[in-house]
Amino acid sequence: MKLDRRAAMATLLAGRDDNLLVVPGLGSTAWDVAAAGDNDRNFYLWGAMGGAAMIGLGLALAQPTRRVAVITGDGEMLMGLGALATIGIQRPRNLAIVVFDNGVYGETGMQPSATQGGVDLMAVAGACGIATCLDVRDQAALDDLAGRLKGFDQTLFARVSIEATEPPRVLPERDGVALKRRFRAALGLASQAKA
Amino acid sequence: MNASMDWPDRLFETIKRAGIRQVGYVPDAGHARLIDRCRADPDIRDVVLTTEEEGVALAAGAWLGGERSALLMQSSGLGNCVNMLSLMRTCRFPLLMLITMRGEWEEFNPWQEPMGSIVEPVLKLCEAEVYRANAPDEVAGAAERAVQVAFGDERIATVVLSQQLIGKKVWTK
Repeated sequence: MKLDRRAAMATLLAGRDDNLLVVPGLGSTAWDVAAAGDNDRNFYLWGAMGGAAMIGLGLALAQPTRRVAVITGDGEMLMGLGALATIGIQRPRNLAIVVFDNGVYGETGMQPSATQGGVDLMAVAGACGIATCLDVRDQAALDDLAGRLKGFDQTLFARVSIEATEPPRVLPERDGVALKRRFRAALGLASQAKA
Repeated sequence: MNASMDWPDRLFETIKRAGIRQVGYVPDAGHARLIDRCRADPDIRDVVLTTEEEGVALAAGAWLGGERSALLMQSSGLGNCVNMLSLMRTCRFPLLMLITMRGEWEEFNPWQEPMGSIVEPVLKLCEAEVYRANAPDEVAGAAERAVQVAFGDERIATVVLSQQLIGKKVWTK
């Protein structure tokens, strides 16, 4: 069974607390996170394809008392597949990588991705040493994942099987400096750097 | 160890003084001693990367979470980073890169020359500040300046460590 992406994102982020920091990958997952409700603790990507998981790693290591959820698409994850190896040996207990997998590049005309061709991201994550890998294919599994995002204590990977649809875009702030400053301010960090 | 060989220790001291807590790297012989020192330090999280661009994204995440990081690589690695450097420029994230040069002096391997020869122009196109160290006594000053520019101005700042400084790679023993 394949899930509706907007409804799935709304389920994952419903009732989120201030200790959940969200890094959506560029494109559809960023629009999905924005549609679920804007939040200063979202760091939307409009570029940096292949970098979402590693941004999540740096953030998780820097903020060990908070939880970090990278929520990205299969195409974005495939571009930075090596990050799963890097994360697999760091294994921060507060990092979750959630991949919305529809098997296509939705922003560019629904061309098939390697996951449609049979590449199994769950198997890759598991082979990289991530102990908890969840295959989310129905509402019960989605609800389970949503519950885990409210309090997990080891590196987590989840593939959420979603339909290849293109809901109306919900565009978040796109000024990168503004996004950075509001995110840091929400964490109580100085908005300006000090040398 | 004589004075001309201890420049990696000067880099390590700069990293410590700057309060850097995450060090990403793709291993390079020129950085071997610095990597060893970072790995031995309990206050530094050493992150071995599969490709250098991961370290750019790692640095962005670290800064979002309030930590400083450094990225160590060989000159060939810069080519793997170019699009990810857009993230740093668009969002003005600090990025401190320490780059060991290949392909510019007494290079045995011609495959190192194409990327090595364009490191500084590429950095400048990416609006990175470049501080080059050709001799051991230039390393500490270049590194201190790069730290100030990276974290003070939220910019990309690089220390380019020349191949002459690092020494010839020994191919046959």
